[in-house]
Amino acid sequence: MIPAAVGYVRADSAQAAVAALGEHGDEAKLLAGGQSLIPLMRLRLARPSMLVDVGRADDLRGISIDGDAVSIGALTSHSDLEHSADLVAACPLLAHVASQVGDPAVRHRGTLGGSLAHADPASDLPAAVLALGGTLVATGSGGSREIAATDFFTGFLESALAVDEVLTGVRVPVSTGGWSYQKFNRRAQDWAIVGVAVAEGGAGVSLVNMGSTPLRASAVEAAVAGGAGAADAAAVAVDGTEPPSDNNADPAYREHLVRVLTERALVAAGA
Amino acid sequence: MEVSVTVNGEVRTADVEPRTLLAHFLRDDLGLTGTNIGCDTSSCGACTVLVNGRSAKSCTMLAVQADGAEVTTIEGLAGENGLHPMQEAFHECHALQCGYCTPGMVMAAVSLVDEYSDLDADGVREGLEGNLCRCTGYQNIVKAVMAASE
Ligand SMILES: Cc1cc2nc3c(=O)[nH]c(=O)nc-3n(C[C@H](O)[C@H](O)[C@H](O)COP(=O)(O)OP(=O)(O)OC[C@H]3O[C@@H](n4cnc5c(N)ncnc54)[C@H](O)[C@@H]3O)c2cc1C
Ligand code: FES
Ligand code: FES
Repeated sequence: MIPAAVGYVRADSAQAAVAALGEHGDEAKLLAGGQSLIPLMRLRLARPSMLVDVGRADDLRGISIDGDAVSIGALTSHSDLEHSADLVAACPLLAHVASQVGDPAVRHRGTLGGSLAHADPASDLPAAVLALGGTLVATGSGGSREIAATDFFTGFLESALAVDEVLTGVRVPVSTGGWSYQKFNRRAQDWAIVGVAVAEGGAGVSLVNMGSTPLRASAVEAAVAGGAGAADAAAVAVDGTEPPSDNNADPAYREHLVRVLTERALVAAGA
Repeated sequence: MEVSVTVNGEVRTADVEPRTLLAHFLRDDLGLTGTNIGCDTSSCGACTVLVNGRSAKSCTMLAVQADGAEVTTIEGLAGENGLHPMQEAFHECHALQCGYCTPGMVMAAVSLVDEYSDLDADGVREGLEGNLCRCTGYQNIVKAVMAASE
């Protein structure tokens, strides 16, 4: 289908985007890679009156490593994350998870910032940033602020961003300890039915599609910290989750899957 | 809004509504109907073109986003010396039946081989996961892409 009629402006910097969002109110939407927003507009599940296209804001693109912190611009594509030799060396979990998103055409256009701002509990990259204990950086009319990934996802497709705020970047620690990403799906290019990301040998564990937001598996992290083996730690992976029911799976199936995948991820990460 | 897109090496300018999908711009405004549309959900890949050399689903991109970009469609792939090696390989390996998925499949394959070195058959299958074919069972498509990548 064709999207509903919509206005269009370009914002070539974060500042310009904040100004445009302020001018056009809450009917305006940022357009980054468009790999979530355009499908929703085609199905008319989203009908913004104005698109603010930040796709050319080159100051929001790129990966830099400074000491033990990796800073990534919000507009950096999944494909750029996947192929960055620097990122593969400094934070292999994030580079690998990016390579598991959708298909190559989606990865060429979709962006890290768009994936986080979209806040889909079934998405891959939010889980990676959560497991890594990342920090998100946003700019709005009141200036810039940092939001811990654990505070960012507030509900189904909802984030802590205000309507006139632009996500400008993400910071994750350099993380080369044992890691794993287990993504289980039944169809090519699909979202995870359940996914589990593990960073630093089990110090950070997060779950995909086990509730209305991407979830940090605090019970598993605590069990690993307390010396539990992979099987025992994985046994508490369901704690604090509220798995959804859909065409793919009911909650009981997801609860089984999350234990199996958590154990596999912990073993692969050397926990 | 006026957009100017270099399509198959030629600058093409048109006045489009912001909501115009790149796929419709190519087909309806430029008459390049080789790019097919097979779904409403960004899933099938029939619409795949190259944008600045990399595969993109032209149904999941607005024409205004392509303003200033270089777009290659299936019509632009063959050179003066005839078919592109990927087209040749699809022909040789009988990698199509009805042909509906073929333009998108070929464009995705060209991008895939350029992006990933040392592809094996599994890598080709995974790399083409965004392109659906209802006829061939993929076997000969994988053969063709492997042949063209050698
Ligand atoms: C066929 C297909 C398969 C896919 N498979 C997967 C998958 O397996 N796993 C997965 O995780 N994802 C998948 N995706 C989604 C993909 O990862 C998207 O790229 C991503 O979710 C959104 O990024 P984007 O840049 O395209 O954002 P857009 O679609 O441009 O925007 C998405 C939302 O975020 C907002 N936004 C974008 N950028 C910013 C910013 N900088 N600041 C504030 N708000 C912003 C927009 O206003 C919009 O509401 C798939 C998509 C498709 C089409
Ligand atoms: S038409 Fe199906 S993915 Fe574009
Ligand atoms: S040849 Fe018919 S869909 Fe692929």
